[in-house]
Amino acid sequence: MSLLIRNARLVDARGERGVADVLVADGRIASLAGGEAERSIEAGGRLLLPAFLDLHAHLRTPGEEQKESLETGLRAAAAGGFAAVVMMPNTRPPLDAPEAVRGVLRRARAAGGARALAAAALTKGQEGRALAELRLLAEAGAVLFTDDGRTNEDAGVLADGLRYAAALGRPVAVHAEDAGLRGEGVVHECPLTEALGLPGNPAEAESARIARDLEVLRMTEGHLHLQHLSTKSGVRLVAEAKRRGRRVSAEATPHHLTLTVDALKTLDPLYKVAPPLREAADREALIEALAEGVVDVVATDHAPHTAAEKAADFLRAPFGIPSLEVAFPLLFTELVEKRGVPLGRLVEAMARAPRRLLGLEGGVLEEGAPADLVLVDPRERRAVDPAGFFSKAKYSPWAGWELLGWPVLTLVGGEVVHARLG
Amino acid sequence: MRHLLDFSGWDRARVAALFKTARAMKEVLSRPIKTVPTLKGRTVATVFFEPSTRTKTSFELAAKRLSADVVSFSGSSSSLKKGESIRDTLLTLAAYGVDAFVIRADAAGVPHQAARWLDAAVINAGDGRRAHPTQALLDAFTLEEALGDLEGRKIAIVGDILHSRVARSNAELLGLLGAEVWLAGPPPLLPRRPFFGARLTARLEEALKDADAVMALRIQKERLSGGRLPSEEDYRDGYQITEDRLALAKPGAPLLHPGPLNRDVEIEGTLADGPRSLVLRQVENGQAVRMAVLYHLLARRAA
Amino acid sequence: MRFKARVMEAPEIARALSRIAHEILEATQGGRDLALVGIHTRGIPLAGRLAERIERFEGRRPMLGQLDITLYRDDLTELEHAPVVRETVIPFDVAGKRIVLVDDVLFTGRTARAGLDALTDLGRPARVYLAILVDRGHRELPICPDFVGKNLPTSRKEVVKVKLAETDGEDAVELWERP
Repeated sequence: MSLLIRNARLVDARGERGVADVLVADGRIASLAGGEAERSIEAGGRLLLPAFLDLHAHLRTPGEEQKESLETGLRAAAAGGFAAVVMMPNTRPPLDAPEAVRGVLRRARAAGGARALAAAALTKGQEGRALAELRLLAEAGAVLFTDDGRTNEDAGVLADGLRYAAALGRPVAVHAEDAGLRGEGVVHECPLTEALGLPGNPAEAESARIARDLEVLRMTEGHLHLQHLSTKSGVRLVAEAKRRGRRVSAEATPHHLTLTVDALKTLDPLYKVAPPLREAADREALIEALAEGVVDVVATDHAPHTAAEKAADFLRAPFGIPSLEVAFPLLFTELVEKRGVPLGRLVEAMARAPRRLLGLEGGVLEEGAPADLVLVDPRERRAVDPAGFFSKAKYSPWAGWELLGWPVLTLVGGEVVHARLG
Repeated sequence: MRHLLDFSGWDRARVAALFKTARAMKEVLSRPIKTVPTLKGRTVATVFFEPSTRTKTSFELAAKRLSADVVSFSGSSSSLKKGESIRDTLLTLAAYGVDAFVIRADAAGVPHQAARWLDAAVINAGDGRRAHPTQALLDAFTLEEALGDLEGRKIAIVGDILHSRVARSNAELLGLLGAEVWLAGPPPLLPRRPFFGARLTARLEEALKDADAVMALRIQKERLSGGRLPSEEDYRDGYQITEDRLALAKPGAPLLHPGPLNRDVEIEGTLADGPRSLVLRQVENGQAVRMAVLYHLLARRAA
Repeated sequence: MRFKARVMEAPEIARALSRIAHEILEATQGGRDLALVGIHTRGIPLAGRLAERIERFEGRRPMLGQLDITLYRDDLTELEHAPVVRETVIPFDVAGKRIVLVDDVLFTGRTARAGLDALTDLGRPARVYLAILVDRGHRELPICPDFVGKNLPTSRKEVVKVKLAETDGEDAVELWERP
């Protein structure tokens, strides 16, 4: 089937590309100069972007489908303008075996919505002690390895993992946090949270672990990917490692880019997330790092839980913020519109950089590229309404925020997976 | 005032008004018949997700002295985790027509969550490390009885500061009343960041020197051995309030303790029963202050 | 609120109090075991003035106390804010005493009822009397004063304001009207 998208303002990592009629055929961008198609859509000057790839989402399958299912998670991703999602392996049981990876990928293909990619555990049971079958996992389809959700306390195992993954052409993603310094911390440690009486997790828990992991990286040929960077000192360490030419990449989440520890004044577990929401200076450092490319990627760390779980007390409520459906409009409004971050840079961080990091093509608007596309409306202002989410997690720290840039059409390989065109 | 969660939004006038009521309640408690009909027909629920016989008794007696009906619920948060949630428990009790919930929990913020879920008044009876406002009120009330105006007074609080809601609430309230609050304890039990403008020190002498009053905090036994501290002996050696150490404070400076006391750990045994100890006065004042809090929240049209 | 009239001036108030003091002495056989208990706010100076007169007439000063009835009010659930609770000071044992409750105005009788409840919670007096400067009628409870300074027929819309030197800077009773 072919599709013509008329009068779209094209934007990709290279910035604004002008208004064009885009012809999609056989799953690819056939032409940027119009043509004959079986169907056509009037874009009305809306923005056409390469659809996003989320390097970091928890779709809770298998084992915790009460929080999210492949169907709801991938549908939510499509609504958020994502063409593909990398599913984290901290499921029950963890994705540490080739048959488990094959199984979840097979089920995901039937689920509809965005495409699913699998991250596999770096170590057996994600316990950080013995490497998982990385070669077999890669053959089963794992695109990266991570023990996300857990911290890699044994640096020796991490060093081996980085070397092995490098040989397989896969990055290793780490949740960089020193478990001892974190202690029982549930929020960022600062005078505010000390007064709130919530156990603190200091910024140094992240920076100390990043420093260690960067030293470990020096011993290997591997590619280290730092998940959900949250601190100014962490940003500084990454910037310096990059200057020295290390193979390190970093992601930042929509929540760390838009919220700070001040939100904890409400004592609402809605804002309980790991790593925790930090201070304004950390947020500023992250925004700057994103604009400059020190932070390569925006990844959601979409972490849904049931409403009842999130209504537990602050110590017992689980960590996590769901954001697949709001990530782009949120960052478009808060960073591009309000803070002047170039739209091309945001598209780079959400579409091209994550694909490059996984060795995948796409993330650009050019003839022959895969037709993973999203059309967003830069003018329609709409409030975040969690009740309307496709995700099972129908709550949001951004509920009620008035945002621009909502996706109205998402294509994956030329197929429409989300449409809410007026 | 619709709830008592902490002291945000409080000023000295509100404290003074509450203390005035508390003095009236003390007079009631001095009578042969210690009950007044003020809250007849009102229902107070004490909901303790963490055990505390003392605070619970104090609140329940306070409610009964004002002729309120009292229902009580006790259960640990961990046992709730299996099935019923805190929210379910509270909403179930609310269905009985409760006018005020007195809530104790081991996690900060539970009373704030409850205030969002319930129409009734919520009184924080201690939430995790965060706050224990009625304890701070009774401490400040007791200190004012002993010292008069607290403006410029140096108050030393000693012990497990890190985990203490009493330290936090006292720092907040005594600071509001103009006192200079010093928090002293062994480094692993001191927060790494200061709160409410109080001064932190690991040097006990610095905190005690010329103090107008000294408050020792209860220390959990499990933290003394193998936890954050090497041993009980190590703690006693450095931080127990003894006759000699109390001599660093101003002559006659009173000694307070929120109870229950680990005898011969936080305070040298003889001091706890000595003339400078206000421990029993605190208990007595606690009832009057809690009556005052219940009065201010409930002796009016329901919200 | 609209001012209507001054219904008592200082000398009239003084005469009424002297008369009440005599009546109290007569009723209590010269004031044996007599205690005057003023109800907050204006009952307290009135009780004090009665005590002075009794001492002047009889050479024996009666015991004095002050009572706050807030905790006994029956209208608390109708108020926007909890009212201020003031001090109750009864420096004697009420058991066996002849006690005169003193207040400025008797209206519905609810304050007097609360005063009786408050008083009997303190012990068991031998006899309780009620002394009032102005009885304006409109009783809602079966309460009848023993000693009255002035009976003042009023409408429900009217408000009786008693002013005393101790609390208001002058002695007067005024009649006002609510809109």
